[in-house]
Amino acid sequence: MQLSPDDIIFWQGGFFKLNATIVFTWAVMLLLTVGSMLLARRLSTGMKRSRWQNLLEVVVTAIEKQIEEVGLTEPRKYLGFLGTLFLFVSMASLGTIIPGFKPPTSSLSTTVALAICVFVAVPLFGIEDQGVKGYCRSYMEPTVIMLPFNIIGEISRTLALAVRLFGNMMSGEMIVGILLTITPYLFPIVMTALGLLTGMVQAYIFSILATVYIAAAMGGTRSGNQPETKE
Amino acid sequence: MLIDWFTVVAQAVNFLILVWLLKRFFYAPILNAIDAREMRIASELADASAQKDLAQRERAELRDKNQEFDHQRASLLGEATLSARAERQRLLDDVRKEAEGLRTRQMDSLRSDYKNLKGEIARRTRDEVFAIARKTLRDLASVNLEEQIVAVFIRQCRSLHEEKKKELQAVFKASAVSALVRSTFPLSAEQRQAIQLMSQEVFGSAGHFRFETSPDLISGIELSMDGHEVSWSIADYLLSLDKNVGSLLCGESSAEDQKESHPGEKRPEVQNDLRLESEPDGQSR
Repeated sequence: MQLSPDDIIFWQGGFFKLNATIVFTWAVMLLLTVGSMLLARRLSTGMKRSRWQNLLEVVVTAIEKQIEEVGLTEPRKYLGFLGTLFLFVSMASLGTIIPGFKPPTSSLSTTVALAICVFVAVPLFGIEDQGVKGYCRSYMEPTVIMLPFNIIGEISRTLALAVRLFGNMMSGEMIVGILLTITPYLFPIVMTALGLLTGMVQAYIFSILATVYIAAAMGGTRSGNQPETKE
Repeated sequence: MLIDWFTVVAQAVNFLILVWLLKRFFYAPILNAIDAREMRIASELADASAQKDLAQRERAELRDKNQEFDHQRASLLGEATLSARAERQRLLDDVRKEAEGLRTRQMDSLRSDYKNLKGEIARRTRDEVFAIARKTLRDLASVNLEEQIVAVFIRQCRSLHEEKKKELQAVFKASAVSALVRSTFPLSAEQRQAIQLMSQEVFGSAGHFRFETSPDLISGIELSMDGHEVSWSIADYLLSLDKNVGSLLCGESSAEDQKESHPGEKRPEVQNDLRLESEPDGQSR
């Protein structure tokens, strides 16, 4: 049994390889990009708009509102990064209803890559907002003694972010795979539906945690705004 | 190993590419559309608010104008009412004055006509009375009217009251001027002589007499001396006739008036009238 789609390799040439994770990621990227281009092709600025446009606007404004509610006063500045996180993870989860589809987020490589992106984005947004000195000073608050702990906390939360998403997505895949061998037909379908819900929740958790980390870097306390996450 | 670092790098790059793609083809168009709609809605709301403000201002202005119009209308109506009343009063006064003037002129005209008619009636009556009396006397007794008037005058003077006679005798004796005898018709020598004789006999006058003819006497004779006079004329007859005619003209046609209007019945009362006129202090003339 394969734990990760990284193990499904279609092509390999030296260091470079083309595995199922990358391929399904491209599929999700293609779906999102082409779908966006098609749906956003004829957008109406009037009071009358199509159902699809209405759906897209609801999604975008909902993400924007969530970002703003967390504490970022300029949500559009972070909408591209945080919104894409949510959409990518949620589309990867939704793809599990397609037989044969392996969600890229069930690969620890993908979740680590996303966590690294968050790990890099947080100081970038923080430095952009407070400057290098201001952001670095935030690691020494409330005292200099807290500097190593803050750095450890920064790394550990990134690791937790990656492992949490990977664990949830991978476990869903694993459970469905095991149940298929034991009780085929009905029960795996129920578990797949439950996996969809879990995937959407994980997408929300992943993006909202990234938002909180960025918001914490925007002049707030380093650990004060972090919500407790329980799975 | 669960982590393939090439895949990690590739997925990170893929994610960044996806971020750029979605920013380019998803977020930007959607947000632009939302912004355009919000701007449009905000603009429409602003326009609606401005129109509402304008409508409220115009409404307030219109209400003020209406109130002002009402006040002006009430004021103008009051002024017009007062002016109409004043004009009506003025026209009524004018009409009243004009009617009064017309009435006055009409009354004056009627009075003038009445006076003229009365004068004409008196003149004609006198002429007719004279003519009838003259003709009657001539036809029935072959007597001249003037002679008869002189005879009546002499007879009336003779039949005066004794106190009057004495009073007049005193006047005639005390006066140094000549007595004046005025008559409507010229007196003949015999008549003058008869009057002189009667005067000497009754009043004791021995002076001169002056005889004058005066149409104003209305068929009569007047003997005057130093403010005192004795006269006889048919003026009283004419006065009575005038009264009756006046009553007829004024519409007072009562039976009593009609009865008084007959000269035949009046005549005996005034026929023997001999007037003695005195000064205001009561002295006889």
